[in-house]
Amino acid sequence: MATAAQDGQGQYVPLLSGGVGFVTSTNAGNTTYIPVISPLLAAPIGNHILVESRAIILDPFSPNGGGKPGYNGNLFLGLTYLQADLLASKHLTFVAGDFLTPFGTYNERLTPIWIGNFQDAPLIFSVGTMETAASVGGMLQGSAFASERVSADYAVYFSATSTNKQFTAERASGGQGSLYFPASRLEVGVSYGRQLQDVHESFEGAHVWWEPADTALRLRSEFAKGAHAGGYWVEADYRLSRFKNGESFAGRFEPVFRMQQTFRSRLDSNDGLPTANTQQADFGLDYRLPHEVRINTSYSREFSSTGNRNIWQTGIVYRFLFPTWRGK
Amino acid sequence: MKSSSVLLTCLAAAIAILPLCAQQVEHKASSQAPPAQMNHASSSADSDRGERVFKQNCSRCHDAPQSFSPRISGTVIRHMRIRASLSEPDEIAILHFLNP
Repeated sequence: MATAAQDGQGQYVPLLSGGVGFVTSTNAGNTTYIPVISPLLAAPIGNHILVESRAIILDPFSPNGGGKPGYNGNLFLGLTYLQADLLASKHLTFVAGDFLTPFGTYNERLTPIWIGNFQDAPLIFSVGTMETAASVGGMLQGSAFASERVSADYAVYFSATSTNKQFTAERASGGQGSLYFPASRLEVGVSYGRQLQDVHESFEGAHVWWEPADTALRLRSEFAKGAHAGGYWVEADYRLSRFKNGESFAGRFEPVFRMQQTFRSRLDSNDGLPTANTQQADFGLDYRLPHEVRINTSYSREFSSTGNRNIWQTGIVYRFLFPTWRGK
Repeated sequence: MKSSSVLLTCLAAAIAILPLCAQQVEHKASSQAPPAQMNHASSSADSDRGERVFKQNCSRCHDAPQSFSPRISGTVIRHMRIRASLSEPDEIAILHFLNP
């Protein structure tokens, strides 16, 4: 392991990061309590290799129905990903192992519990991420080019079928590319995925992220489409820390809004989307406490021909980040 | 409530509290400085560019950690280079920003 400072710059001691939290979700009147821990380990080896892994341990429990006392729940432990990264050149990184399927932005960027503004993933999350959201195989990714005006990123992958309990994946391939314009803080990208087992199916996606200059507004959006269903989500958050002093009471608030819609053309019980066309509006209010603690609250109203419902969610998450040992 | 639920809840609370305590001790020892303070302490062009690159890339997904040990600064940036497909010059600029 590399532990010494390199070029007088950073030091490369392996780190342990992640989030620990307790969240509640009341969906159509049924409440579930979820203690959760999601550790992340990143260990550099030499100057060009990084081994990283994220796991999740959660134990959702809810009151017994039918007037029975007590609670019932199920403990879940799972590896989210376990991958080795080889920085082959300034434009190319080889990734091997069990990695997050690169499709859209949510899976790779916003799934950590200490990052996402809402507890629930978007309704279209399963489109293009091949059900498990993880792939077992190899990926090439990197920055194709970068300048002061624009930068371009890419990722292409191939995944084999894996039925191992901790490394479940489908045979699939795909990739994505995006352009980022730093001056306008605009990112646009496209994704493609092809399922290569059972019914071969293609998925297409696009995303736009924009932070208008000199504002505290952040806009994110994604569109994804498969053979049976598709949809989009648009999320806006307003970081009062930019408007007010980030240490002030008001500056710690972050109102969030997300609009989602799904469209179904054919029924498929395995694609993870609602069985009927659905619209959902999510209203959130996050509060950032000192010492990397965040409180998330949200109310969602879902409209569907199968029935409308309310979803209330609250949670508190602590994000930790420290070295695994002292180093030099 | 199932005993496993109780155990996991206690474990989550313990893990949440212990690093908080450790973090406060480390603050008192002043062995590390938050990136914002590092920025004020440095006027180098590299550090300025690093701050800009940080805002343009990293903070689009998440806020900067309030503080972390300098022993893992290189690891953090290498992890972010892969997660965010940062270019090599951007990786170096952010490293300068975090280690002025």
